[in-house]
Amino acid sequence: MYAYIIRRLLMLVPVLFGVSVVIFFTLRIIPGDVAQTILGTDATKESLAQLRKDFGLDRPVIEQYITWMSGVLMGDFGESMTTGREVLPDILNRFKITFELTILSAILSWIIAIPLGVIAGIKRNTKTDFTVRIVSLLGVSIPNFALATVLILILALTFSYSPPVGYVGFFEDPIRNLQIMLLPSIVLGTAMAGAVMRMTRSSILEILRQDFIRTIRAKGAKERLVIFNHALRNAMIPILTIIGMQIGVLLGGTVIIEQIFSLPGLGQLVLTSINQRDFTVIQGAILFIAFVFVLVNLLVDILYSYLDPRITYK
Amino acid sequence: MKVFVQRLIDDKVGLFGLIGILLVVLLALLAPLIAPYKPDTMFTEHVLEGPSSQFLFGTDEFGRDIFSRIIYGAQVSLQVGLIAVGIGAIGGLILGLISGYFQGKVDQVIMRVMDVFFAFPDILLALTIIAVLGPNLTNTMIAIGIVFMPVFTRLVRSAVMTVKENEYITNAQAIGVRPSLIIVRHITPNIMAPFIVQITLALSGAILTEAALSFLGLGVQPPNPSWGVMLNDARTYMEFAPWTILFPAVAIVMTIFCFNLLGDSLRDLLDPKLKQ
Repeated sequence: MYAYIIRRLLMLVPVLFGVSVVIFFTLRIIPGDVAQTILGTDATKESLAQLRKDFGLDRPVIEQYITWMSGVLMGDFGESMTTGREVLPDILNRFKITFELTILSAILSWIIAIPLGVIAGIKRNTKTDFTVRIVSLLGVSIPNFALATVLILILALTFSYSPPVGYVGFFEDPIRNLQIMLLPSIVLGTAMAGAVMRMTRSSILEILRQDFIRTIRAKGAKERLVIFNHALRNAMIPILTIIGMQIGVLLGGTVIIEQIFSLPGLGQLVLTSINQRDFTVIQGAILFIAFVFVLVNLLVDILYSYLDPRITYK
Repeated sequence: MKVFVQRLIDDKVGLFGLIGILLVVLLALLAPLIAPYKPDTMFTEHVLEGPSSQFLFGTDEFGRDIFSRIIYGAQVSLQVGLIAVGIGAIGGLILGLISGYFQGKVDQVIMRVMDVFFAFPDILLALTIIAVLGPNLTNTMIAIGIVFMPVFTRLVRSAVMTVKENEYITNAQAIGVRPSLIIVRHITPNIMAPFIVQITLALSGAILTEAALSFLGLGVQPPNPSWGVMLNDARTYMEFAPWTILFPAVAIVMTIFCFNLLGDSLRDLLDPKLKQ
């Protein structure tokens, strides 16, 4: 098992190297002068030359990449081209918000999705099942930005409520923090709930058809025990797969939600830096997100063997 | 084929999805005939007016008819959906066929490159590509196409690897049929079922991604009537002109819902495990 984890961790190296190459060289294809974009059309020749020199933009691209990568390996992601701030501390600070948003959305979606998925699976082809299926499909079909705007609209029109502005950290003021995060988490969690609900239902259906369930029932086990101790535990593997994938999607999906709810998370940082053509921030932030993304997938794989001891990794 | 169509018709949910999609396609094709006004015609004396007999879904901040813009918006959504998925599906099909059939080093290279693309969340990859290419309709389609390519490649590769083990393929190889002919004549038709299901699901994904990118101001640019652009523009006025946001939102949700219904239904019909 440990050997497997180490091998998988080692396999991340070429993937992340590939990501760094793709992101770095793709950004360098952008037509036009980055220094000009950042400093504006009024910039003097001297200031343009200074910016190019400061960020090594006047050196060959390969050399720029090697310098950047050597820094990254030492934990130095460079400085922002627009603010001059260190990139990594900025990323980590903002990631806290994105991480909180992702976890809250995920928890909210599991609380709703897994029980409903199980109920739909048990009551197959009944009205309950049909309703759950339609609701889950609607959940998947509603884009989070559309849901967010409509939800804000409904709350404003019916309760004259508008989402709180400005972010407060959880450890500073937990109540205020949860007030701020609740609405964005509901919006993000809805789409995930739809996908998890569908997967839970189909996995439960698949497991309930199997022989070992029939045997357990024949032995006179209580139905609740059959469902929760046997069916759900075995059904968790595909559910976990979708949860792992969804957490990755959530990390990306926060870009829009953070924008709508003015949350200063990692997604908003990426978007702002793309608009400002701030190369060092874009490449640093995307490399970081990719790292978290592949790590989450690895974690899901490891969890499989915990849930199903039949799965062994060599 | 006849059996398949009959089963699709019998499946009410899938049929509902199909009818919904056909309706959107019809709206898009007949937009100039159905829409009462051009999407960019401004009625300056009717700015932000509620739904009425003259303006069925009301007007926006420039006095443009929202109903007409939604109908023309269907053209944009379908165009992006079809072309982007076309790029992703064709690219993925070619790479997946090569990777799955020849395996070995070619497979290793293709799949490692795909692994790199899989390490990006979809929307971020699309955003990065748009940042490079610049925001407009064509680049949006290219970006979404590239984002979808790895999924198709992986799907086709695994389907090819299964089909390749069949005796008729090994027989064809034994009598010296050219690999290109085996791939085109014998393998491709046999991997179409999962491929078509993925296309249907990717179409809804592409429409969703286009709307999201346009919503962020990085997709289709105004005054083009993209549903995402309409939704973003409407945010400023939504509290006193809720129709500006409700109708584009309903259009996006219903279209994606119909594609998902059909995709789900097709998957059930084409999946041999679920047929039992």
